[in-house]
Amino acid sequence: MAERDQPPIQDAGLTNQLADVPHRFIPQPILEPGHSFASITDHISSIILRRKTPIGWMIGFGISLLGLGILNVTIAKLLFVGVGIWGINHPVGWGFDILNFVWWIGIGHAGTLISAILLLLHQEWRTSINRFAEAMTLFAVAAAGLYPALHTGRPWFDYWLFPYPNTMAIWPQFRSPLMWDVFAVSTYAIVSLLFWYVGLIPDLATLRDRAGNKVARIIYGMGSLGWRGSAKHWHRYEHAYLLLAGLSTPLVLSVHTIVSFDFAVALLPGWHATFFPPYFVAGAIVAGFAMVLTLAIPLRKAFKLEGFITTKHLENMGKVMLATGLMVFYSYAVELFMAYYSGDPFERYTFINRLTGPYKHMWYALIICNGLAPNLMWVRRFRTSPMMLFITAQFVNVGMWLERFVIIPSSLSRDFLPSSWGTYHGTRWDWSMYIGSIGLFLFLLFLFIRFLPMISIFEMRTMLPEAQAHSAEEQH
Amino acid sequence: MSKPKTLDFKEFRARVGDLRGREYWRSLEELSRSEEFDEFFKDEFPQQAIALGNGVDRRTFMKLMGASVAFAGLAACQQPEQSIIPYVRQPESFVPGKPLFFATAMTLGGYATGVLVESHEFHPTKIEGNPDHPSSLGASDVFMQGSILGLYDPDRSPVVRNLGEVATWSQFLGALQPVLAAARANGSGFRLLTQTITSPTLGAQIQQLLAAYPGMKWHQWEPANRDNAREGARLAFGNYVNVVYDLKKANVIVALSSNFLEEGPGHLRYAKDFAARRRVRKGTTTMNRLYAMESSFTSTGSVADHRLPLRPSQIEGYARAIAAGLGLAAPGATTDNAAWIAALVRDLRKNRGASVVIAGDDQPPAVHAIAHAINQALGNIGSTVLITDSPEVMPVNQLESLRELAADMSSGRVNALVMLGGNPVFDAPPDFKFRDAMNKVPFRAHLSPYYDETSLLSHWHVPETHYLETWGDARAHDGTITVQQPLIAPLYNGRAALEVVGALVGGLDQPPYEAVRAYWRAKTGAPPAPSATAAGAAAIDPFEATWKKWLHDGVIAGSALPVRGGAASTAIPAPQPKGAGNGIELELKHDPTIYDGRFANNGWLQELPKPQTKIGWENVLLLSPRTAEKLGVLPGDALTNERRTVVASLKFNGATVTLPVWAVPGQADDTATVTFGYGRERAGRIGDGVGANTYRIRFSNTLAGGPGAQVASANQPGYPVACVQEHQTIDPNVVEERGIIRAGTFAEYLRNPSFAADEAHGPKGEQEADVSMYPKVEYKEYAWAMSIDNSVCTGCNGCVIACQSENNIAIVGKDEVVREREMHWLRIDRYYRGNPDNPEVFHEPVPCMQCENAPCEPVCPVGATSHSVDGLNDMTYNRCVGTRYCSNNCPYKVRRFNFFHYSDYDTPALKPMRNPDVTVRTRGVMEKCTYCVQRINAAKITAEREERRVRDGEIVTACQQACPTDAIIFGDLNDPNSQVSQLKREPTNFTLLPNLNTKPRTTYLATIRNPNPEIKR
Repeated sequence: MAERDQPPIQDAGLTNQLADVPHRFIPQPILEPGHSFASITDHISSIILRRKTPIGWMIGFGISLLGLGILNVTIAKLLFVGVGIWGINHPVGWGFDILNFVWWIGIGHAGTLISAILLLLHQEWRTSINRFAEAMTLFAVAAAGLYPALHTGRPWFDYWLFPYPNTMAIWPQFRSPLMWDVFAVSTYAIVSLLFWYVGLIPDLATLRDRAGNKVARIIYGMGSLGWRGSAKHWHRYEHAYLLLAGLSTPLVLSVHTIVSFDFAVALLPGWHATFFPPYFVAGAIVAGFAMVLTLAIPLRKAFKLEGFITTKHLENMGKVMLATGLMVFYSYAVELFMAYYSGDPFERYTFINRLTGPYKHMWYALIICNGLAPNLMWVRRFRTSPMMLFITAQFVNVGMWLERFVIIPSSLSRDFLPSSWGTYHGTRWDWSMYIGSIGLFLFLLFLFIRFLPMISIFEMRTMLPEAQAHSAEEQH
Repeated sequence: MSKPKTLDFKEFRARVGDLRGREYWRSLEELSRSEEFDEFFKDEFPQQAIALGNGVDRRTFMKLMGASVAFAGLAACQQPEQSIIPYVRQPESFVPGKPLFFATAMTLGGYATGVLVESHEFHPTKIEGNPDHPSSLGASDVFMQGSILGLYDPDRSPVVRNLGEVATWSQFLGALQPVLAAARANGSGFRLLTQTITSPTLGAQIQQLLAAYPGMKWHQWEPANRDNAREGARLAFGNYVNVVYDLKKANVIVALSSNFLEEGPGHLRYAKDFAARRRVRKGTTTMNRLYAMESSFTSTGSVADHRLPLRPSQIEGYARAIAAGLGLAAPGATTDNAAWIAALVRDLRKNRGASVVIAGDDQPPAVHAIAHAINQALGNIGSTVLITDSPEVMPVNQLESLRELAADMSSGRVNALVMLGGNPVFDAPPDFKFRDAMNKVPFRAHLSPYYDETSLLSHWHVPETHYLETWGDARAHDGTITVQQPLIAPLYNGRAALEVVGALVGGLDQPPYEAVRAYWRAKTGAPPAPSATAAGAAAIDPFEATWKKWLHDGVIAGSALPVRGGAASTAIPAPQPKGAGNGIELELKHDPTIYDGRFANNGWLQELPKPQTKIGWENVLLLSPRTAEKLGVLPGDALTNERRTVVASLKFNGATVTLPVWAVPGQADDTATVTFGYGRERAGRIGDGVGANTYRIRFSNTLAGGPGAQVASANQPGYPVACVQEHQTIDPNVVEERGIIRAGTFAEYLRNPSFAADEAHGPKGEQEADVSMYPKVEYKEYAWAMSIDNSVCTGCNGCVIACQSENNIAIVGKDEVVREREMHWLRIDRYYRGNPDNPEVFHEPVPCMQCENAPCEPVCPVGATSHSVDGLNDMTYNRCVGTRYCSNNCPYKVRRFNFFHYSDYDTPALKPMRNPDVTVRTRGVMEKCTYCVQRINAAKITAEREERRVRDGEIVTACQQACPTDAIIFGDLNDPNSQVSQLKREPTNFTLLPNLNTKPRTTYLATIRNPNPEIKR
């Protein structure tokens, strides 16, 4: 285990030369020392193939199944009765549905960011977290996708949003941001899935080779698409992976930009702001990293992965959370300032209402969660403490949800004509849908950690000094 | 398959030559009957091939035989033996798919208002006002509009009942005979209880009845009665006379707790006349002025130029002060607000003969007498105030009439009681103990549209016809007579009052049609009806032409009662000593939407927000915010953002009612206003148990309430109230800075007519150029638009419910209204300005703005809302998937979403009521105002066929049609001479939220009030 005060052995030579350098300037390892190619493969694949199903997993999976059941009941009720079971009303046409959609989509940003952008930036520490961050992305997008699909009054006609040739001779309305959403989210889901799956292929082959059970061998064998690890395979793989990384990179920015257009394009004070795209993207990244931390910290503990997900990873994620959190906080400040500076009475009132109206407690909680809590990450001691990181991440998770609440229902509840003002509350069906979507997310996640390598085996192996040296030689 | 045989045309011809008659062939192959064809046929249609090949098997034989037996029944569907006439020539004036309009009249409180009923294939669907009727002049109120739902109400009683068991009309007639026989000997125990009756035919019948049964008594009772007005008239004129106002001549109007714009006979006419003197257009130099004194906001008070919130008992003192100011000997005049009264008096003096003082029906007779005296002193009688005989058949003091009946019943002097309409068990004053008295009457029969509280306690219940189901006649506020004609045969086996009285008189069945015709035939002096013999049929009946004209016009021309001479007494009655009541003064009024409770089962009227409070589905206890705070029943801040309040108990004369408290600005301090009519037990599935029954505190000595009420919190916070506008949250500055309401005084207007367009009134940026990313759209043919004059809108709700009726708008119920999901396409926004003790009120009807740059259109992902060539925002319901984005992006929030399946698809009774030209929407679909596109298209089709443009005024939207003050005008902007184009050129024209550049087609005219410059606000 990489204790902070242990001397990093990996760079032993370096350490000896810089013995007088203060401890905190010494780079921390991204892989616990002492691992070999075999030990990495053994450790990660044994979680799936050798070890017995942990009791904790059973409990967690059971809870997620319960959540999934709640989701199914909610969806059945929704389809039979209508969206009226939610708290939406006449000024507030979008409530928990779109709120949770944006929340989940935001969470779904970390995976691709970690995989693609950090890959392109040669941030090697991403390796041990990218696999499950990508999986998390996929599952978050799945949970997010539920909402726009089910929030419509007549979900059975949702396919009308797709531009398909039809006898009605009608196209969708390409000027509508919801239309753009359809493309943005579906593209993102497909590219993320491909990216994740392509990255999985070599590991699936490893599992195929190591599986003792014939059924498992067949299933993993099919999944590995005939991977034999030949040089040609690796060559193709590297190309495909890099291409997909290149493809995903703009998507990281585009998806939440387009989601923010749902609001920015509308006239509503509190929505109608040109700076929404960067604001939303920063929010998405902070949300995504918070969720990665939320998942990584318990997982590394439960599956004894501290050797792979080291303090360095946690610290780096803490830093990203701090940086993007500050961007988000800045956005709040800009929003407020612009409301004042624009002189637009509608805009101004919306913000006065945020600060003093019926949802003021939401706004203050938001500032605490997203504005103040990430500042804990300035302190190195907190940044490297899994407990503090976990707590901060929870603040951010809640804060991001509050942010969307403040933007969506609270702006809608105080629009232009005071006569139509109203109030919004989530009903028990709103909450059950939300809890259910968390259930779906956890359900998929538990299946994933049980049946697929949650850390990329072959990529971890490239982290070993031997692999590094080899590749360094190759490059020279 | 073997080698295809080549086709041999010679063989063909031979075969074709063989074919005879209808033996067609389908293909050359078939014709050739080749083996290949047979093989192919077997291959393609094996089942038939087998049947053909093997003859008929047992199974098929059985099937065929079964079918022939079944089809044999069809042969029975033959023409009847009598000759029937095919529908080749349609009846005159009937075109399938085109509605017909029939004139008739609806009565409320006995008085008729003329209606035109739209009828689609002989089922009435919509009520409009009859422009030829003096009480309507084309306008309609909420009760008229709602009555169409009342006609089809599935909860109406469908059958005669005897002790609750199903019976027949003839059984009822049979049961009557012994009762009538006994009454013939001694009629004193035989009583008739009716509501107010103005019907000449029914009146004549009742006179016959009274003559036939000596000693018999006729009682009348309406809970929302006009006894005070009758007694006041008697004080002033010596007998029960009728007062008709001519507000067109009135420069100054003083309303003493009178809501003449919304209540009472002729209110639609009064609103129209009032508005005619209030409309400010280019060149207008005069405007009338309205002073109102009232306890709680009414439509009249809300449009007044000066309004004083007073406790009901204070009004008399003010009336006396006005009289004293005019030099009449008026003891007991108040000394409060002396400057205000002095200014008012000066205004009255300046307008002798052109002013009017109107006392409210809830004010005691003395106030009415004082009002008459003032009008007399000002020379208004004969000018703005016209006195006629009463249109009622027999005007009586109804309270005394019922008191006598109840006393006689209690003491066992009543043997038989026949009640025509009404619901006295529910609505009689509690001290009459009418319910107990009922049980002492050996024979009780009740004619009623519902099996209601009174029916339940009667031996016999007879279902009553709706006014659209029967023949009849009735008088308007000025006495004009309408012959009512039915639009549809009785849906629920109902019987008219005429039939019941006819049965009592003659003991036999007499159709109302015959009764009415016989009466009027005699009245006109026409010869008796020609006999049905061939000779008789050939003779021309002179009465027939007259009759047809009456029915066609909806009025009998010249039947208004003549104006009487005579002056009102200017002697002012001495003030009655008032019981000095402590605490809260109670004001009891009939409900603005369900009236006295008779409309409790009408979902439209239940859901309709009350004009001033905007609360539906309930009666609430209105208090001023200060009084509510003092009593500790002010809903806390936590509740003010939601449709919630606290519940209080109201104790009056020892009886207690609990009902929700609603604090309203402009309510007189220490005054609790509640409406009666709610709390029905047997109204039907909609009205049962809705609201609080305040008849329990409506004692005979305090019908309009009185001092000494106690209000205490019932410790029930968070009670949901179906209020569609949460007024507490609205900061007046917000309204002001947004330029939502633009208002000024007439003096300001004369100085600067375009004050409303001035930047100071609107947010900055209003003057920005019309910019758009998209190319400019040209509206080549028509450009529909609407102009709404806020000055004359009284907030009466006529438009709201007319829209509901025209456009098949669903009701959602109280729970859904509390969740802010009401469906009305048109709402009337109400804003307050100024001191909350006595604020100014502004009404602003908000339909869809039909923006040219509509924010709703580009955001719909499926293009379900799109722009028409005429500039309408069309909504394609069957394309809508229900993302609600359009509603979120609508700055005016006029879009309405079907969160659930609100429309009633299942109740068969309601199906014929719906407008067949408008889609009934399903769940999950957005809907909104269409400017009545069905009416637009109907007019366009007609115009196209006649090769002309649609004329101005040819299309009248439902809201426009209903509006008594003509506040809503619709038309074509491309026609520079159209009314709407002219209004848009008015300097007071303004746009709602102009800075959004939505370019709405609906615009407003600023509110203009005409306050007395001598009175400081």
